[in-house]
Amino acid sequence: MIQLENLCRHFEVGNQLVRALDEVTLGINKKEYVSIMGVSGSGKSTLLNIFGLLDTPTSGDYVLSGINTSKMNDDEMAHIRSTKIGFVFQSFHLIPRLTAAENIEMPMVLSGLNPKERKERVDNALARVSLTDRADHRPEQLSGGQRQRVAIARSIVMEPDVLLADEPTGNLDSGSSKEIIKLIEELNKGGLTLIVVTHDVEMGSRSDRLIELLDGKIINDKKN
Amino acid sequence: MRFYDLIFLAFSTLVRYPLRTLMLLIATSIGVMAVILLTAVGEGARDYITGQFKDMGTNLLFVVPGKNETSGGMGPVDLAGVAPRDLTVEDAISLRRIEGVKYIAPIVVGETPAQFNGLERSVPIIGTTPSFLAVRNWEMEAGNFLPGVTLDRSPPVCVIGKEVESELFGKNNAIGQWLRVGDRRCRVTGIIGTEGRAIGIDTQKIVVMPVSLATALFNRPSLFRIAVQASNTWEMDQIKKDIIRIIKKRHQGKEDITVIRQDAVMQSFDNIFNVLTMALGSIASISLFVAGILIMNVMLVAVSQRQSEIGLLKAIGAKNKQISYLFMTEAVILSGTGAMLGLVFGHTITQILKLAFPDFNFLPPLWASFVSIIVALVSGVVFGLLPARRASKLDPVIALSGNK
Repeated sequence: MIQLENLCRHFEVGNQLVRALDEVTLGINKKEYVSIMGVSGSGKSTLLNIFGLLDTPTSGDYVLSGINTSKMNDDEMAHIRSTKIGFVFQSFHLIPRLTAAENIEMPMVLSGLNPKERKERVDNALARVSLTDRADHRPEQLSGGQRQRVAIARSIVMEPDVLLADEPTGNLDSGSSKEIIKLIEELNKGGLTLIVVTHDVEMGSRSDRLIELLDGKIINDKKN
Repeated sequence: MRFYDLIFLAFSTLVRYPLRTLMLLIATSIGVMAVILLTAVGEGARDYITGQFKDMGTNLLFVVPGKNETSGGMGPVDLAGVAPRDLTVEDAISLRRIEGVKYIAPIVVGETPAQFNGLERSVPIIGTTPSFLAVRNWEMEAGNFLPGVTLDRSPPVCVIGKEVESELFGKNNAIGQWLRVGDRRCRVTGIIGTEGRAIGIDTQKIVVMPVSLATALFNRPSLFRIAVQASNTWEMDQIKKDIIRIIKKRHQGKEDITVIRQDAVMQSFDNIFNVLTMALGSIASISLFVAGILIMNVMLVAVSQRQSEIGLLKAIGAKNKQISYLFMTEAVILSGTGAMLGLVFGHTITQILKLAFPDFNFLPPLWASFVSIIVALVSGVVFGLLPARRASKLDPVIALSGNK
């Protein structure tokens, strides 16, 4: 499903070279539930950004669903993001002027799906996150947990191969966190590959596999 | 992305920031309104001036004494150029034989007191012949215009303007009364009905009398000018040549007259005012570019404010050009809507001005509406390009970590 080969991501900060990811080699199988943990600055968010094609490696190869993404241009990467990858962010990233349904619809708007199909998919996604009755609410009218559920509905509406979640429970209370964890685990059980960056030890322990990073290197990769 | 989705997204953003949107709409609409109003004034002025020329009649040639030409180097006699001989009634009579001439109206002007029954007022005098009525397209309110008068005969008759009638004759019937004009007397045969100005003189305040009576009154044989009306426009050039030839022969071979084609003068004014109107429109268009720059600045701020949204759109699959289209559409909607509002306001104000100043025809030209809309849209596109490009080129990682 996902294969990284000697992948590096370096940044120049002033005169210093920062090795955010350093010679990372990693494989993730389809339907796998992977947690990535590490201290701040260990490279876990950079790794997630590279998985999501939001960032490009300095060197090395990243193969997603059999496609080598190294030579892709912006438009090709956008297409892959649209069709194969779903994102869930810590801060939800909902568009405030749009309703829950319209936020969920946005990836399909960008990919030009017809309105009828969009409507069906939005209704299904809302039902999967149990927010059918909140379809016309704007983000400001929703609780944190509900906002994150809208964001999850948006991330799955294009039926991606992999769901990337960056601290999905970081802004939520414990009750809402449990709901969100349960929801994304259900999605994983439904066949979706799940990669979660988290500081939450409990969440890490619930995943199939836990990868720990330090200074851009994998220091621990174990099955739970 | 479908077109209506693009429009919906752009509108939803504009509605989300109503004050900002309103300010930009006002800026653009003021620009378009300025174009409409200024070109309306220019076109109105052109219409007014050409209207004045048209009121003078059609197919007209004016013979004016004197001729401008370069002089010097030929001795003291020519230092002042050609010294004009007077234009006389005989000169006017000599023009009757030119083929294609419909009317000839010699004109004498002056000012003198007019008296009736102890009342006196100073009146402008026009000395001419009955042809003048046809040449100027005047209408009589009552009576006849200089009956029995020809180029050769000058019975003591006159016609008067309405104000002269009301001031000197009051409620009495002026027609048939004897009016003292200077040291002459003439019988009033008619009242001029046309209002307006003739040779710069208000027709309501004038007294018109036979040309010979006027030359005798002012003790001056020279004519102010001779108006010649051609039967057809295409004959005017030939008639002009014939006039010059005949007068030159009468004036001992000196070409000391100038023949002015009324339509040529009118065309010159028409051209001048067209250029003036376009210049005014162009100056006003600058305000549209200022509005465009304002849109650009506000959109650039919006790009900064909406970094997070741009990052999200990229994360969920938006291509760079889609982000670019989104911002461009916002800029075009702003400039287009502002332009339409400006058109409505501009045309409404010109209608109000027309009601306030009925004599002046505020007439925004059709091209001004089209050009102002096109300039507004082009400035929207041009000035929307930079923010759109900046938005599309944002690094999604940086954008997502921007303002949350």
